Amino acid sequence: MKKANRATLIGYYRTMVVIRRFEEAVEQLFARGVIRGTTHPSSGQEAVAVGSCAALGKNDYITSTHRGHGHFIARGADPRRIMAELFGKSSGYSHGRGGSQIMADFRLGFLGSNGITGSGLAIATGAGLAMKLQGRRSVVLCFFGDGAASQGTFHESLNMASLWKLPVIYLCENNLYAMSSPVAETVSVPHIAQRAEAYGMKGVIVDGNDVLAVRDAVAQSCFRARNGNGPELIECKTYRLSGHSRGDPRIYRTREEEALWHQRDPILRFRTWLIDNGFLDKAEAKKIESGAARIVASAVRFARTSSDPDPDAMCRGLFA
Amino acid sequence: MKTMSYTEALREALAAEMKRDDCVILLGEDIGRYGGAFGVTRSLLDRFGPQRVINTPISELSFVGAAVGAAMMGMRPVVEIMFMDFITLAMDPIVNMAAKLRYVFGDQARCPLVIRTVAGGGRCYGPTHSQSLEAWFVHTPGLKVVAPSTPADAQGLLISAIRDDNPVIFIEHKMLYNTKGPVPVPACRPVPFGRARRISRGSHITIVSWSWMACQTEIAAAMLREEGIEADAMDMRTLSPLDIEAVVESVKLTGRLLIVQEACRTGGVAAEIAARVFEAAHDYLNAPIRRVAGPDVPLSASPVLENAAMPDAERIVAAAMELVNFR
Repeated sequence: MKKANRATLIGYYRTMVVIRRFEEAVEQLFARGVIRGTTHPSSGQEAVAVGSCAALGKNDYITSTHRGHGHFIARGADPRRIMAELFGKSSGYSHGRGGSQIMADFRLGFLGSNGITGSGLAIATGAGLAMKLQGRRSVVLCFFGDGAASQGTFHESLNMASLWKLPVIYLCENNLYAMSSPVAETVSVPHIAQRAEAYGMKGVIVDGNDVLAVRDAVAQSCFRARNGNGPELIECKTYRLSGHSRGDPRIYRTREEEALWHQRDPILRFRTWLIDNGFLDKAEAKKIESGAARIVASAVRFARTSSDPDPDAMCRGLFA
Repeated sequence: MKTMSYTEALREALAAEMKRDDCVILLGEDIGRYGGAFGVTRSLLDRFGPQRVINTPISELSFVGAAVGAAMMGMRPVVEIMFMDFITLAMDPIVNMAAKLRYVFGDQARCPLVIRTVAGGGRCYGPTHSQSLEAWFVHTPGLKVVAPSTPADAQGLLISAIRDDNPVIFIEHKMLYNTKGPVPVPACRPVPFGRARRISRGSHITIVSWSWMACQTEIAAAMLREEGIEADAMDMRTLSPLDIEAVVESVKLTGRLLIVQEACRTGGVAAEIAARVFEAAHDYLNAPIRRVAGPDVPLSASPVLENAAMPDAERIVAAAMELVNFR
């Protein structure tokens, strides 16, 4: 891990903790039946979300996945409006029409999370094409999971983006399982990053539980993409600490394996590193953690007290 | 007015809109030097360059998805899907993204995307190069669906489609490319969506159709006239939005409705028109609503089998005569 200025590092830590508290709250609210539908928590993958968003500029763009709360929060979204969307309220990012998997804020350059695995890869490719045609220096960061690396969009998009030298960073969050399927059962090579070679682009493997390593890798890829060198594929090795979605019994993996990854928890690791390197003491850390809990509690309050969408308006807004 | 082919009319519309708006780009397989499988984009690469006329790999799923992404970022992509059968490969970005963006993401999102594609039989191309799949898209809220039958409408509706801020499925027909007709010049007159075009006026029976079947209907109407039957015939032109009011008004005068569709019968657009007319005007009907449609089987490559499956003017006339004689 490289050094950087203290406020920035603490900012990363705060955002990571907010994401974790947010996901924990969401899981509890689902368990209690307060919110309905489905959700895909990103606990354990905070270093990927925060590290990669930290490498982007404000004119850059992101496409996200079904597991997108963390990406959205890391990009600066308002946790209250995300929570309200999960509650199906009109104050939610999609006014209750999208739910956990479908939210966007174009002003933040967040072009949407996506309920279809791999769908975002093609969207990101097109956004990259637009950047190139419009002569803009923005890059597009495309999050996807190890499961999406088996979709046609992955292979087709990498091929096109490489042919056309598009400024897109394809960032794979390899959390080792596509729902219940271990990556070794669905991916034909040991590392998804190896597939970059087939498309004539650079592939990078990163410790996805090291927020600064993720940030630095994404920053380097962005630099090259921004300067016309085309797309790159980054594979962040990580682990989702919770189930795939609500109600996942996790029969496909052992509690021992989970315990091992809990020891590699990106938040605990970064916390220890910050304290060891004198950027943070335990009292400050506690303060940040209780601050994050307050942010999430306020999001839940906001969502709970927001109004429901109006069924009479259901048929409006289909067309521009 | 100038006489030109359906193909030329489409090309003129593309060229005019590309000249008018730098955001208009073309994407598709073999649309560059080759000019597209049916020649619609011929010469456009030379006129507008490879930044505007983008030859894609054979990756329908992702170049349509990319077109959605580019449209979200302010471009106005016009995608060519070589045969409508291949649109099956791109259903995700069309149905799950393009059609839903505005509804879910609200005012911030816009998807000005045109997907031009080629439907229909008549050329013995067989089961996977001849389908008429318009019903799937009419069944998807958030899409507009266009199926012009004349060069003038092809041009005017394509201009409207490109200027529209919503995703439009623009269905051409392989039997229409060489047909000729008068087209306004210079190419700048958009034809509005949601208005049927009257093929012939009459009070004995209403006949509605679209695309290649509208041409067959026009022939059928002339044949019926010789039998003393005046058909009120309409080309729907756009299937979403659908000018159901025009059909209902006509049925109120004629009391008889015949709907002609090339696609297989079950779950087709003809069924939707029949249901809406019945809901709005059942009191006026003097005979059951009838459909002339393709059979519920894949279209065969054999000329004999294909011909047996495709509705044509004779079959339209026969069905119309039965309806008119219904007591």
